[in-house]
Amino acid sequence: MIYSLIGYYSLILGLIIGLLLFYFSYKNFYNSSILDTKILSFTFLQLFFVLISFLCLIFSFVISDFSNQTVFNNSHTTKPLFYKISGTWGNHEGSLLLWLLVLTLFIFLFLVRTKNQPVKYKILTLVFQQIIIVGFFLFLIKTSNPFNYIFPTPTEGLGLNPILQDPALAIHPPILYLGYVGSSIIFSSVLAATSLKIISTSWALHIKKWILISWIFLTLGILLGSIWAYYELGWGGFWFWDPVENVSLMPWLALTTLLHCILVLEKKSILTSWVIILSIATFTLSMCGTFLVRSGILNSVHTFANDPERGLFILVFLFILILLSILIFFLFHKDNNKKSYNFFWLSKETSILINNWFMMYFLSVVLIGTVYPIFLDVISSQKISVGPPFYHKLIIPFLIPFLIMMVIGPKLKWIKSQLEDKIYLISFFIISNLLAYLVLKNFNQNILINTILISSALYLFFITLRDFFIKKYKNISQNIAHFGFSLLILSILFNNLFSSEIITNLKVGETFEDSKTKIVFESVDQKKEHNYNAIIANFSILNSSGELDKLSPELRIYNQPVIATSEADIKTTLMSDKFIVINLVQNQDFFNVRYQVKPFMLWIWLSVILISFAGIISFFKKNYEK
Amino acid sequence: MKILTITLIIFLIFPSSYLKADNQDKLNKITKNLRCLICQGQSVYDSDSEFANSMKTLVEKKLDEGLPEDQIYEYFKNKYGEWILYNPQLNKNTYILWLLPLFLFLIGGAIIIKSFIIKK
Amino acid sequence: MKNKILPFSVIIFFGMIFFIFYKGLEDSKIYTPNVNTKNEIPVFNTKDFFSGENMKSSSIFELDEIYLLNIWSSWCIPCRQEHPFLMNLNSDNTVNIIGMNYKDNLKNAKNFLEELGDPYKEIFTDVDGTIAIEWGAYGVPESYLIYNNKIIKKYIGPLNQKFINEIKLLIK
Repeated sequence: MIYSLIGYYSLILGLIIGLLLFYFSYKNFYNSSILDTKILSFTFLQLFFVLISFLCLIFSFVISDFSNQTVFNNSHTTKPLFYKISGTWGNHEGSLLLWLLVLTLFIFLFLVRTKNQPVKYKILTLVFQQIIIVGFFLFLIKTSNPFNYIFPTPTEGLGLNPILQDPALAIHPPILYLGYVGSSIIFSSVLAATSLKIISTSWALHIKKWILISWIFLTLGILLGSIWAYYELGWGGFWFWDPVENVSLMPWLALTTLLHCILVLEKKSILTSWVIILSIATFTLSMCGTFLVRSGILNSVHTFANDPERGLFILVFLFILILLSILIFFLFHKDNNKKSYNFFWLSKETSILINNWFMMYFLSVVLIGTVYPIFLDVISSQKISVGPPFYHKLIIPFLIPFLIMMVIGPKLKWIKSQLEDKIYLISFFIISNLLAYLVLKNFNQNILINTILISSALYLFFITLRDFFIKKYKNISQNIAHFGFSLLILSILFNNLFSSEIITNLKVGETFEDSKTKIVFESVDQKKEHNYNAIIANFSILNSSGELDKLSPELRIYNQPVIATSEADIKTTLMSDKFIVINLVQNQDFFNVRYQVKPFMLWIWLSVILISFAGIISFFKKNYEK
Repeated sequence: MKILTITLIIFLIFPSSYLKADNQDKLNKITKNLRCLICQGQSVYDSDSEFANSMKTLVEKKLDEGLPEDQIYEYFKNKYGEWILYNPQLNKNTYILWLLPLFLFLIGGAIIIKSFIIKK
Repeated sequence: MKNKILPFSVIIFFGMIFFIFYKGLEDSKIYTPNVNTKNEIPVFNTKDFFSGENMKSSSIFELDEIYLLNIWSSWCIPCRQEHPFLMNLNSDNTVNIIGMNYKDNLKNAKNFLEELGDPYKEIFTDVDGTIAIEWGAYGVPESYLIYNNKIIKKYIGPLNQKFINEIKLLIK
């Protein structure tokens, strides 16, 4: 009760400070050479109030204060403390408060950490960021107030959806939002820099750090979501091309493109328009994603409480931001490089342009695939679904030249000069092709596209691996990232090609046997936890090489709310995952059992961690050089 | 380029029927491409609702009857509309969906060549 | 002139996108398939609910008669809600109510009928749910109004007084 009040009024205060900051920025814009301490302290105060508000919501969840509507809708007294806390951001209102926290945190850090940049630029960045922040304050207070009051106070809450009661999903939103919302600072600063016409190599160097932060967190956030989907959502899939996943992938693609593009800008003053457009696009795509997910305009596995009013608010706000960016871009930005771009076509710049070209293509596939059903429905009332086959068909063939470009691109500088390198490149190319062919032939998987794909991924794998041992090659973070990417593609491909699956119906005591695997359904146990009851099925599985595994998948019936879930049991080893899950069948006394062996599963996660690790190295390396 | 022709030749030597998927693989493939009407964000393969289970049984029956894959899709399309297929067919409704990304790719290529490579 | 066309076309482009999203917000995104009323009702083989004998769909539906096909199951809770309405409709004797017992346990289903009454002229079973798919159904309960072997109207979810009135009106 008291926390709700404090939380609510903190939000109001935060909003007022936001409005005050506009005034101070205006006053200080023309007559100060150093950043006014008032601005800095008010920005801090705003962060402080949002933090207070956020903590109040957490406390309300911890003490199960059901007079708060958000707590009532999403919590329950029997829930473990950990999930009470994570329940704070497991719902629409709380997650928006987290958005706001990240928005204010980033602008504060930005003001504190940015040195050697004009004061006007900092103030203007603050103004643009405050436009976003104030917009979200209004959105939160008007349509999704997390501190709504219920009277009379209910004695018990409705509980959190059990599939959200999971450690990976508990930390997934904060990490994801740091990346997703963190891109707002790139948006604000690029608008500020464009208005002041200071887009240059030094600006690029400065913004690159912020791009890296967003990118690292976004990568890790997507990874966590994917891991969660793997063991919780489906039957061993980890990426479903569901709208919610696409929505997080789109800013990632834009950020990755931007990250490459900024590498050019930090050396030479070219491609400025393109950098501006990309920076704007990144945050716009994040906002657009929020709109698509929160308005209920799409249906997906992960649904938030939908409310058309909220959708309309975000939509209008999104287009105000877009309009603002367009105006600033066209009014202030003049491509000052009318002189010819004189880079040799076999240069690093060309390779980055080609990277951008492909990345934009992938982005357009994902974007069009996600929103096309809405457009078609509105224009012609035809309803269609766009699912995995669409994305696979349009993306996979293009991965081949993309992978090959990732090998050749970073080497373009040397290609002309050194013969030794050429020999390496060609010989590795032949080796990878032979290897891919042999691998697939052994497994009777003789499919053209797979052979070519695997050989190009192997090619990248070998070349980047070799580069680790070459001293002249300095860009270690790039090499790690590209190596990680080749590993990722290889693991996904092998995982898809060599997964095996058994689907059968078994009663307790029965045995399934085929040429390779023997599954014995040994017994059933029961377990009582205070937030769920579970049926545990014990299986022992013998494979052809004589390994015996004991796996115990569960069926859980959560009490608040009453939802049955099926928990997979996964045995992870270095080379493969064994995945088993059971399911009840209506009016039958047997269980539906699915058993999968999924090779290289662990490597998919590891390679993504490796990729984000490369980002971390790059982030700290820049600091170090300064 | 060289390797592309080589792999193409390899591919032509081993026709694709070399790979004969059994019914279980086909069943998985088809049910992955059908969208469940109960939990509308999931495929029939991923869902375990009653409806999805019946769909699986029916697809299996149709496969046993020897119906080819595309006819099974056609069958479900007639019953429930195009929405049920995850793999949108190329028709007047979806030309833009399939061709716009490719078109954008060509445009992008054209822009790169025009502004950076020809202009020296 | 040229540098003015570009900004305007960009703004118009985004304006159109805004409009489409705005329109898209209005209607529900939960998909329900349209009923194809032109098609003949499906032909299938099934078993009689009580006797367990094989039967053909052609022996159930005759021309020039009005039928209400109701898909039900004893484990389906909304079916309990709609059952009194079916009983009520049956008492008028204007329409033949046919039951399709969906994925049910025979004993439970019989208890269900004993407890709540049997409005059905005939009941056939759909053990694995595949016949329901032939009909284009996707859950329980669903009801179809049939005349001359054609589907006139389809009701998704439990029937209520409003639907019953509508059915009565359609019959007339």
